[in-house]
Amino acid sequence: MALATKTDRRPSAPELLWKSTLGKKTVMAVSGVIMLLYLVAHMVGNLKIFFGPDEMNHYAHWLRTMGEPVLHYEWGLWLVRVVLLAAVIAHATAAYQLSRRDIKARPSKYVHAKPKASYATRTMRWGGIILGLFIVWHILDLTTGTVHPAGYEHLHPYQNVIDTFSTWYGNAIYIVAMVALGFHIQHGFWAAAHTLGYGGRVPKGLSIGLAVVLTAGFVAVPIGVMTGVVS
Amino acid sequence: MRLTLRVWRQRSADADGGMSTYEIDGISQDMSFLEMLDTLNEELILKGEDPVAFDHDCREGICGACSLVINGDAHGPERTTTCQLHMRSFKDGDTIDIEPWRAAAFPVIKDLVVDRSAFDRIIQAGGYITAPTGAAPEAHATPVPKPDADFAFEHAECIGCGACVAACPNGAAMLFTSAKVNHLNVLPQGAPERESRVLDMVAQMDDEGFGGCTLTGECATACPKGIPLFSITKMNKEFLRAARRGA
Repeated sequence: MALATKTDRRPSAPELLWKSTLGKKTVMAVSGVIMLLYLVAHMVGNLKIFFGPDEMNHYAHWLRTMGEPVLHYEWGLWLVRVVLLAAVIAHATAAYQLSRRDIKARPSKYVHAKPKASYATRTMRWGGIILGLFIVWHILDLTTGTVHPAGYEHLHPYQNVIDTFSTWYGNAIYIVAMVALGFHIQHGFWAAAHTLGYGGRVPKGLSIGLAVVLTAGFVAVPIGVMTGVVS
Repeated sequence: MRLTLRVWRQRSADADGGMSTYEIDGISQDMSFLEMLDTLNEELILKGEDPVAFDHDCREGICGACSLVINGDAHGPERTTTCQLHMRSFKDGDTIDIEPWRAAAFPVIKDLVVDRSAFDRIIQAGGYITAPTGAAPEAHATPVPKPDADFAFEHAECIGCGACVAACPNGAAMLFTSAKVNHLNVLPQGAPERESRVLDMVAQMDDEGFGGCTLTGECATACPKGIPLFSITKMNKEFLRAARRGA
C-alpha cells in the first residue's frame, strides 16, 4: 500500500520561501546584504568630500554617467535605486511579518524577567524603524532637496552636504541614525550569515568591525563639517 | 534552608493564573529541586490544599520531562535539567520564582505543566527514518565517518525538554527542530529523506505557532544538553539546500 506523503503537496521554491519563517529570514538576509554592499560603496563615495568640491561633484556626476555608453544618462543610477527600493520593501515586509509572529508566539511574559540578549539584538526592530524614517529624511534633504535647510543645488553635493551639517538638527539626526545603523549591522550581518548557513565562517568580530568602520566612515562627514575640515 | 517560593498556580488551561507565595523550611542542600517541590506538596496535601502540578519522570536528566523556569532561567541557574539541579545552588533565605515554560505553542495545562505535544508533531513530520526495522543490523554494514558520527551524536543528545522554546524571546523551536534535523540528515540512514525531512519539520514547526529565530542565542545557553547555536545555522543550510532542489 502506498502511503500518502506530504511531498505530494510541496509548494514551489519561491512560495516555500515566502511562506516559511526560515524562508522569510532568507529574504531578510539577502536584502540586508544587498543594502550593506550599497552602504559600503556609499560610505566610500562620501569620503570624497575630504578631497574638495571638484572631486565630490565630479563623483556625483559620474554616478549618472556610469555604464555609458551601454546605459543612457542616469539609467545606472535608477537601476541601483530600483534594486534598493525592492530590497528595503522586502526587508521591511518580512521584518514586520516575522515580528508579528514572534510576538504572538510568546504572549505571556515571565514574572521574573531577566534582560536577555545584547543591546544590538534587542533594538533590531526599533533600530530598523529609526533607519527607515532616517532614509526618508535623508532623501528629502539631499536627493530631492525638499527639506534642505539652504538653497539646494542639483549636482552640487559638496555645498549641499555642508549646508545640512551646518544645522544642529542635521548633525543630530544623522549621527543618531548612523549609531543606530552600526548596532543594526552588528547584529544583522552576523544573523544574516547564520540564516544563509555560513555562521561558522563569519565570526562576530567581523560583524562588529564592519559596523564600526561603516559608522565611523559615515560620521566622519558631519564631524569634518563641524570641525571646519570641510568648508 | 528556609526559602520563600513564588509559584505560578493555574487551576486549568482556561483559568487565569497567578503567582502564589509559600514559605518552606527544613530544606537540605543535598535535595534536588524537584525533591524540594515534593516537600512543599506534602505540606500542601497535609493542609488540605491542592498540590503544585509539575512534570517529572526519570529524575536522571535524560528523559526531558521536567521543565520549570526558575528565577527567569529555564531549568534554573545551572546548565542541567531541573531534576539534576540541587538546592546547594541556592542560599538560605532566598526567594525563588517558579514559572511554567511560556510559549503560545506550549499552553499551560495546570500550574507548571505545559502541553509539549507540538514537539511530538514536529517529530511526526519527519524526525525519523523509513528504513525497515527488525533485528539489529551488523554494526559495520553502513560505514559512518567519525566526524559525522560525532556530529550526529551531539545533536541526538537533545531530550526534547523545550527549554530552548522557554528561553527564546520569540518562543521559537529552532534549536529543537535543528537538533533533530541535523541528527538524522548527516547520517547515511537519514539520507533518503534528507530534503523532505527538513522541509516538513520546518513547516510543522511554523504551523504549531512557534516564533522565528533572531539569533539571540538564549536557546543554546539554556539547553541542558549543550546543543550549540550553530545547529540552527546548519538547519538553515539544509533548508535552503532542500528548497533549491525542490525536494
